[in-house]
Amino acid sequence: MAGIVIDGIRKSFGAVHALEEVNLAVADGEFVALLGPSGCGKTTLLRIVAGLETRSGGRVTIGTRDVSDLPPRERGLAMVFQNYAVFPHMTVFENIAFGLRMAKADRARIDAQVARAAGLMHIEHLLGRYPGQLSGGQRQRVAVARALAVEPAVLLMDEPLSNLDALLRMEMRAELKAVLREAGTTTIYVTHDQTEAMGLADRIAVMHGGRIEQIAPPMEVYRTPATTFVGGFVGAPPMNFVKTLAADGKVRLGGLELPCPIASGEILLGLRAEDLAPVGADSGFPFAVRVVEPLGAHILLTGETAGQTLRVVLPPEHEPRAGQTVHLAPIAGRWRWMAADSGKAIAT
Amino acid sequence: MRANAVLPYVLIAPSVLFLAAFFLYPLAQTVALSLSDADGFTFAHYARMAGDLNFKDALVNTFLLVAVVVPLQLIAALGMAQMLTKLRKGRDLVLWVWTIPLGVSDLAAGLVWLALLTDRGYLNSALFALGLIDAPTGWLSYETPVTLFFAIVLAEIWRATAIVLVILVAGLGLVPKEYDEAAQIFGATPWQRFTKITLPLLKPSIQTALTLRTVLAFEVFAVVFALGGTSFPVLVGEAYIWQFQNQNYAVASAYAVLVMAISLGATVFYLRVLRTPPEARG
Ligand SMILES: Nc1ncnc2c1ncn2[C@@H]1O[C@H](COP(=O)(O)OP(=O)(O)O)[C@@H](O)[C@H]1O
Ligand SMILES: [Mg+2]
Repeated sequence: MAGIVIDGIRKSFGAVHALEEVNLAVADGEFVALLGPSGCGKTTLLRIVAGLETRSGGRVTIGTRDVSDLPPRERGLAMVFQNYAVFPHMTVFENIAFGLRMAKADRARIDAQVARAAGLMHIEHLLGRYPGQLSGGQRQRVAVARALAVEPAVLLMDEPLSNLDALLRMEMRAELKAVLREAGTTTIYVTHDQTEAMGLADRIAVMHGGRIEQIAPPMEVYRTPATTFVGGFVGAPPMNFVKTLAADGKVRLGGLELPCPIASGEILLGLRAEDLAPVGADSGFPFAVRVVEPLGAHILLTGETAGQTLRVVLPPEHEPRAGQTVHLAPIAGRWRWMAADSGKAIAT
Repeated sequence: MRANAVLPYVLIAPSVLFLAAFFLYPLAQTVALSLSDADGFTFAHYARMAGDLNFKDALVNTFLLVAVVVPLQLIAALGMAQMLTKLRKGRDLVLWVWTIPLGVSDLAAGLVWLALLTDRGYLNSALFALGLIDAPTGWLSYETPVTLFFAIVLAEIWRATAIVLVILVAGLGLVPKEYDEAAQIFGATPWQRFTKITLPLLKPSIQTALTLRTVLAFEVFAVVFALGGTSFPVLVGEAYIWQFQNQNYAVASAYAVLVMAISLGATVFYLRVLRTPPEARG
């Protein structure tokens, strides 16, 4: 029905290059999360897809139609705005019904759809109120319900759960995922929260400084980040990048010896905190524990190796004390090489 | 604590005193003047006002003018404000040009339009030169009440639409553009966006603009006098005539009180009809 193809989209605000050559193809029914820090251009990209922002170059295709020059209402999509944009002069019911009324749906369908969307967002009891009488989190749910009510083929969401408290956010996340999957809605979901992106998306597009650095399924982004930025942004704690020196196609770190893709020179060894395990002194590298944080399910260690800070997650049965030195080695295959200058991953 | 509670009243006091001295006191005086004569309290001046030959005409003319001018001004100002928001560049320049008439006094504005529309005026000359009329035509006499009326309407619209425009432009600036964007996304046509989003969100500004403009429109006088002399009686014009020609201050006061009562009524009307409940505010 309606996949989205973003082809070479560029955008400048005067001298500011908000987007440089963004390419992204979202398959019909797919859920893609646009993940990146504040100011990286997520909202701008979403607004260009929606038709609310002009573009400096590139095309947008929805389904089989090039919609680049169509007004928003002819693009056949719904959107949840970052700042809600819930109409203040309409009740919650009228807000949720707005899209259906514009589409001249009949009374029965409007009532049914509003009830369904409000139910999904747990705001049935608020239908008669005005947005001015709601909390930020409740308004945000009205904004999501308004978009769900029209059962769009394409849904754009800009940080739709950012204002909910943690528990409600987790609950809404799961329900959104189920509803959108069931309806087969093609979705672009903007967030700066990597947990949300990981949990929801079929694929994650990680944005940084106006470009997409990697597009891949969540676990692939997590395990094999394309750049040091992606490795650092996705995952908590962020991926460790240890600066090492290669010689004869090998890197030696304490007792650890790993074959590496370059013959000699500086190279970064990317290691996930939980992909390290304690080993004997002869086969691992020394790690001087500075801080120990028992977090229940696991313990988080912060310390140093070769003068660089590392974070390590161990199962709770290990409990080294601060000041101790332990020896660690990566689990087989769970490491990644990155170029020291560009920060890009090097294929092995 | 105590000082803080008193401070606001201290700060407001000068303006209250000023209003009391220069507005409330003369107002009370005017009301008293209209309701008394040498023997004390009386409605005689109001009776005389109502019985006057010109009274009904003045009343009807004034209401007619307000009823035609104010809605046209609102519609024109809304259209102009919408056009301004569409401009990418030069908004301030256009707004500035549109508001120039605000700086012209009403009498001067009336005289400008008189120069244009009188039987030896620019319009007559132009039409004559084009061969569209055979001889200079009078539009502004008591024999041509319809054209006189529309000349006054035209001059009033030219002169005083900008105040409505300025209030609406300021109001539009306060409405976040996301509401209109959301309406676009959810399928509203430009007209629907205007009627379902822009107009309701602009209601507080429309209320202010209408109240101000209507009150001022009921006081219309100088433009009418400049264009039509006494051929088109209006309420404030009658007050002027009673005050300075007939030297009857009491009947003039009665007219003044009547105009004030009508303005007050209009204000209350707008406050009620265009009320935005607090919970429905943006
Ligand atoms: N209307 C605008 N005018 C000028 N600069 C803008 C505008 N909108 C966004 N930007 C800039 O573009 C960049 C991307 O912004 P945005 O898309 O909002 O980022 P994000 O949603 O990822 O936080 C930022 O540097 C921001 O300052
Ligand atoms: Mg944003």
